[in-house]
Amino acid sequence: MSFILLIEQVLNGVQSGVMLFLMAAGLTLIFGVMGLINLAHGSLYMVGAFAAAAVAAATGSFLLALVAALAAAALAGCLIEMTVIRRLYDRDHLDQVLATFALILIFSEGTRFLFGSFPLFLDIPAALSGPVMLPGGIQYPLYRLVIIGVGLAIAAGLFLLIARTRIGIQIRAGEADREMIAALGIDIAKLYTLIFALGAALAGLAGALVGAIQSVQVGMGEPVLILAFVVIVIGGIGSIKGALIGALLVGLTDTLGSVLLPLFFANFMEASAATSVGSSLASMSIYILMAGVLLFKPTGLFGEA
Amino acid sequence: MTRETILNTFLFLLLPATALAAFALDEPFIITLATKAAILALAGVGLNIALGLGGLVSFGHAAFFGLGGYAMGILAAHAQSYTPIMESPFLIEGTKSMPVIWLVALAVSALAALLIGALSLRTSGVYFIMVTLAFGQMLFYFAISWPAYGGEDGLSIYVRNGFPGLNTLDPLTFFGIAFVILAAVLFFAGRLARAPFGLALSAARQNAERVEAVGLAPFKLRLVAFVISGAVTGLAGALFADLNRFVSPTMFSWQTSGEIMIFVILGGVGRLFGPVAGAALFILLEHVLGGLSEFWHIYLGLLLLLVVLFARGGMIGLIAGREVAHD
Repeated sequence: MSFILLIEQVLNGVQSGVMLFLMAAGLTLIFGVMGLINLAHGSLYMVGAFAAAAVAAATGSFLLALVAALAAAALAGCLIEMTVIRRLYDRDHLDQVLATFALILIFSEGTRFLFGSFPLFLDIPAALSGPVMLPGGIQYPLYRLVIIGVGLAIAAGLFLLIARTRIGIQIRAGEADREMIAALGIDIAKLYTLIFALGAALAGLAGALVGAIQSVQVGMGEPVLILAFVVIVIGGIGSIKGALIGALLVGLTDTLGSVLLPLFFANFMEASAATSVGSSLASMSIYILMAGVLLFKPTGLFGEA
Repeated sequence: MTRETILNTFLFLLLPATALAAFALDEPFIITLATKAAILALAGVGLNIALGLGGLVSFGHAAFFGLGGYAMGILAAHAQSYTPIMESPFLIEGTKSMPVIWLVALAVSALAALLIGALSLRTSGVYFIMVTLAFGQMLFYFAISWPAYGGEDGLSIYVRNGFPGLNTLDPLTFFGIAFVILAAVLFFAGRLARAPFGLALSAARQNAERVEAVGLAPFKLRLVAFVISGAVTGLAGALFADLNRFVSPTMFSWQTSGEIMIFVILGGVGRLFGPVAGAALFILLEHVLGGLSEFWHIYLGLLLLLVVLFARGGMIGLIAGREVAHD
């Protein structure tokens, strides 16, 4: 295990963590303000990826593809918020889970109907492909570095949006007391749609950015959705800061676990057994992390009881 | 008799009537469908103990369904290859005997439910949903990455397991076994709901503080309910694996959890026969819509959406009204 490999894996962990943050931020905002658990968030991720792949195939422009991903996911978000989600705010969590589960079925099969079952591919733009030399002689794919940068920039933007702007004040007020801000003349229905569309756009962007590294296929959103749930359980529901820290923890644990655990077991086991025990444990590592956090802080690291 | 009792009687007789009619018409496939419905209903009855009675929205019941399935798969795989599961410190051999497999499935899933429940029940509300979902996924990925029992490909069993004195290869006999178990568990679940334990559990769902004030511990009530619920779903998993003679990580997947929940909701949450109605309807839809269109999940999604948004008591609620004690 060389030092360079370790740095590479840490960067990979940060990269997946940052993308998880884009998903988790939307989920946690939507839960914090509207009290809604949205399983269909993974579908919005998928919608973003498919829109990007379709536009990139038609125009050849990666930038246009990203714009399309943002627009398509935000639009889909607005659409389901106004037709379905809006009716769920006053319902219990069970109804929310089921209705959004129904939305997943509709989105997934609808996408399969439109695009077929075969994965689509979204190419990394030429300007961003290839490796880049980091200090210390480490070669790392430029695109992944750019993703980390974009993700961190969005995280910073989101913090500014919430801490410094009028919309941010309304969002925080909505978390604290929704009747009161409605009484103060804020159009709460519009605010909710806006927040939902914002969360959807972030998910769509994450889908498009990750879609260029992995393949774009039906069902790609759900594994990420479940990881994002783990992230916000660890970070504390409703906390953007918790989502960022939770996302980085989960990204790093997942990536480093799958590299380090097999190596660790190789110290006192034969190679094939070490690989199988190590990789099985690695696949469980983030859930063990979550269980550990829950043991000590049932409301997550930054959650309020 | 209330309308719900009449409806329940009808639902109860529907499955064996279907199976017998299919037997008379020599349609073994329909018998298999009825068996599948009975087994999935059993899984739903299990979830309903946690969900309907205890108000615990578990989105991870696939964990127990899968554990039951793998309990059957591992025991039968060792029996068919004549290799012991474990030689030291003591010898454990595989088995092809259904009653033994059921007991193991019940024990394993109850134990898992105890562990998962003890951790998840520290949380509530939306945390609980996400945490149970996450534990289900944990087992899913474990099953995929653990190569000893087929990993991603799953495990095939060549011959269905046996039950002393019965020919389990005959579709109607196997349906009978599944149905008798379903009936026994329904009877047990009905008694449980009216027993002091069930009443206390219902009370804990409605108002945990008051239950605590009269000296009962809601956490313990919920944990016991979760364990019973997980064990029943695990038993259903073992039967389901036996029906297909195949287990794979799909049984652990979160879609499975969602589907078990759909059985409960389509039928009606907290109604004893809700899962039976839901599972029968699900199998019917799968068979009818699945024959019409490859994309039948769209219709399933729309139907589920309509039920959740507009028919809150599920099918039984629609037909029998809301006069039940549970609401």
